[in-house]
Amino acid sequence: MTQAQLPDPEQLAVRILRRERAAVASGLNLLDNKLAAARQRSAGLLAALSGERALNDGHLIGVTGPPGAGKSSLVSAMIREWRLAGRTVGVLAVDPSSRPELGGGALLGDRIRIKNAAYDEGLFIRSLANRNQLGGVATEVWPMSWLMLACFDIVVVETVGVGQTEIDIAEIGDTICYVAQPASGDTIQYLKSGIIEIPDVFAVNKSDLGAPAHKTASEISRSAPRQDRRDDWDYPVCLVSATMNTGIQQLHAHFDRHRSFLAAAGLLGKLRARHQSAWVVRVLKEEFGTFGIELVGGYAEIGRRLNETSTNQFEECERLRQQIISRFKSSD
Amino acid sequence: MDSLQTKRDRPWLMRTYSGHSSAKASNTLYRTNLAKGQTGLSVAFDLPTQTGYDADSPLARGEVGKVGVPISHIEDMDQLFDQIPLDQMNTAMTINATAPWLLSLYIGLAQRRGIDPKQLSGTTQNDIIKEYLSRGTYIYPPGPSMRLIADTINYTVKHVPKWNPTNICSYHLQEAGATPVQELAYALCTAMAVLDRVQASGEIKPGEFSQVVERISFFVNAGIRFVEECCKLRAFGEMWDELTLRRYQVEDPKLRRFRYGVQVNSLGLTEPQPENNVQRIVLEMLAVSLSKSARARAIQLPAWNEAMGLPRPWDQQWALRMQQVLAFETDLLEYGDILDGSPVIAAKVKQLVEGARKEIENVEAQGGIIAAIESGYVKRELVGSHMQRLRAIESGELKIIGVNCFQETAESPLTLGSDGGIMKTDPAAEREQIERLQAHRKNRNDGEVQAALQGLDDAARCGENIMPSSIRCALAGVTTGEWGDSLRAVFGEFRPPTGIDIAIDSRAVLGKKDQVTELRARVASTGEALGRPLKLLVGKPGLDGHSNGAEQVAVKARDVGFEVVYDGIRLTPQQIAQAAEEEGVHMVGLSILSGSHMELVASVLEELRLRDLAKLPVIAGGIIPQEDGTKLAALGVSAVYTPKDFSFNSIMADMVDVIREANGLGRLGPLP
Repeated sequence: MTQAQLPDPEQLAVRILRRERAAVASGLNLLDNKLAAARQRSAGLLAALSGERALNDGHLIGVTGPPGAGKSSLVSAMIREWRLAGRTVGVLAVDPSSRPELGGGALLGDRIRIKNAAYDEGLFIRSLANRNQLGGVATEVWPMSWLMLACFDIVVVETVGVGQTEIDIAEIGDTICYVAQPASGDTIQYLKSGIIEIPDVFAVNKSDLGAPAHKTASEISRSAPRQDRRDDWDYPVCLVSATMNTGIQQLHAHFDRHRSFLAAAGLLGKLRARHQSAWVVRVLKEEFGTFGIELVGGYAEIGRRLNETSTNQFEECERLRQQIISRFKSSD
Repeated sequence: MDSLQTKRDRPWLMRTYSGHSSAKASNTLYRTNLAKGQTGLSVAFDLPTQTGYDADSPLARGEVGKVGVPISHIEDMDQLFDQIPLDQMNTAMTINATAPWLLSLYIGLAQRRGIDPKQLSGTTQNDIIKEYLSRGTYIYPPGPSMRLIADTINYTVKHVPKWNPTNICSYHLQEAGATPVQELAYALCTAMAVLDRVQASGEIKPGEFSQVVERISFFVNAGIRFVEECCKLRAFGEMWDELTLRRYQVEDPKLRRFRYGVQVNSLGLTEPQPENNVQRIVLEMLAVSLSKSARARAIQLPAWNEAMGLPRPWDQQWALRMQQVLAFETDLLEYGDILDGSPVIAAKVKQLVEGARKEIENVEAQGGIIAAIESGYVKRELVGSHMQRLRAIESGELKIIGVNCFQETAESPLTLGSDGGIMKTDPAAEREQIERLQAHRKNRNDGEVQAALQGLDDAARCGENIMPSSIRCALAGVTTGEWGDSLRAVFGEFRPPTGIDIAIDSRAVLGKKDQVTELRARVASTGEALGRPLKLLVGKPGLDGHSNGAEQVAVKARDVGFEVVYDGIRLTPQQIAQAAEEEGVHMVGLSILSGSHMELVASVLEELRLRDLAKLPVIAGGIIPQEDGTKLAALGVSAVYTPKDFSFNSIMADMVDVIREANGLGRLGPLP
């Protein structure tokens, strides 16, 4: 893509806030673009979409769980329910890439599993490959979620959860939902692995299986409450069936309740600001390593600078990048 | 006649799979074919009829009368069989998800003509399992689909006893890439699933169950490796005999016979030097006729030009004459089984039986064929086998004359005619069918229609056999779309596993290794130049469900480094354009085999323009005649790939170049 074809970030932001689908698509393409000129414009776009509103509007929900738990079918059932309630939905569906030595390509199959048959203006799905990035979620996901929050009522990020990934998704979603599969070793492994404190809501799928689903639900209930984490949140375990379309409204009620809980406790904006900082640090570290971080004064200094610009850290991030690059050059 | 010769056997039923444009045009064709010595009919239905839509449904656009005849209601059925005596005809219908409905129209028509349904003989394909795996004309989820199959069996055994209610198909498994062992195993697993379902329905008394087993027939494929294929059919016979005895306690050996019909392989037919397909077809026919003990009951042969487009009446006549020469001129039918006692044949049969048994056990351990389909296991296995085959062709290990070797050819006089050597369907057919349908809706008694549909809905909900209420619907003038929609409302629709989530097998040769390395480098560097990895959307517009080609392109593109969004089958042009926009892809790949490429591709391009994506490159693949390819290019399609483009690596290299050109980068040219 030549520079002439890159969109003007200010104008694009205006169109995105008007919820124009073509603008959303072109904004996501821009955020994915690694050319130097595109990066500048990306930062501009995100800055234009930032501000107080970005820290308080919409609901960003991370959905994770082991392969085969039926995440995509569940997301599909959830979308149907949200759309019936008149809420617009943006989805970022993340699938793994093949290893770099095998070409690094990816088959993105979530779209076909998630979408409903009919054409729907209120639903927007973007599939993403994780591109073998450490932790399983591509760094592009956070800025893309940010963009989608500007124009959809609900934004869902779906990832395959295999161990480490949950830690990343925890640094993205306002609410994290873990989808468990009844009678499967994965859930037990998960409970043992110590990352049980990450999800806010548990959905035990395939509840039509009966006893095994109830057993899994009670196993999770016994392990889940970790009162030390967020005061007064009850970590609900919800029985759902994506295929029978049962329990979805209850699951949504838990999501809404969790969001209200965060907002009432004054946690929502803080959480998003923290996630934003975590992303900035991750991006800088991935690109420049610890040495690069040190060039701008280390983690503490970066944290301080980001805190001062909590509603709009994307431009600060770009400034930090430029500083690191120029110091790299001068240290040659 | 010397002492070795027996009385000359009666030949098999000779059919030609045909139907196009309209009931009227197809009726003319059938009567011509029968006059030429064809002894049975094989009806090809168009895709809207196969998937339960009326001709005026938005999804049917461009598909009406393309791959077969449109049958929307009983008057169409009447016209299709005009001057053809139903009680004397043996009619095979390639119909699956809507099989109970088309059979109801046939029975309803017989009743209207005063013919006792007990006199009707023929076959409804009615095997939904292979639709999930390969052919793609499913509608409902597995549970209700199996029930519909069981309903037709339970009904016909009692009321249309000469009918073959289901034809278990291994044919399409082979087209989807199955090896002979997989073909044996999955077809027999399917038969077990059907019989178990009928048994569980409790409608048949235990003493009468052997009659159900007797009515189960098979539809088999025969490929070019004809010794192996010959053995495969002997293995089928042995295994069916054993299975029906052990599992279903059928004591009478006659009722345990493996009865099958054949369409020989279309997968191996080539577009380059298409005349070579004649000898392929003849050799494949030998595989299913040589063994007297495992000979086909009915044979239909494809025409030599099927890889190019729809065959003309003369092409179909040629295929029929091949059968007649074998049956009436040669001495094949004068002898007993000429392969009995051959140690080579016996050993090969044994090997296939053992392999199939192992795979059957494997599927049974997963909970049977339905569970193995729902988990995606079977589809993955088939896509894997198919990929191996394509890789072998590409590497030259598997030789295909005229395609990857001996490509030199003089110009073929067969394709020089003004029609390009293929049949054109009537472009007015769709409009005429819609007019006919709308006139029909006005002429019928609405009260009767509503009552009949209510009866259908009740039967579907309470588990009553679907056939009596469907026959009532047929007689009341209900349409195919109304029947399909009524059951959709009760049963829901099926979402298939795609089979494309197979891992890259790094050991397998992906075509030529150095070419793959070069391709990966080109995909990566082009992605870097554009700022993000190359992203491709692959989808099938229209109703054609043959997804093998689209799946192979998706898997191959992933293997060389593309990020591929696979969006599956039965998409409207609007959905494809929407997906292209939402996903931010660099290219859209469309696969169409039903002949409706002109209409569908034009609609996709129009939808893309509406979204300001006019510059997004679109490529198309499928059975697309050269003349149409030129027209598509004029419409703005960047590249058209047809069966003659067997090298996936070359296709991928070209795709990268198309993306480069569309973005102002130079082409990198053919692979070294």
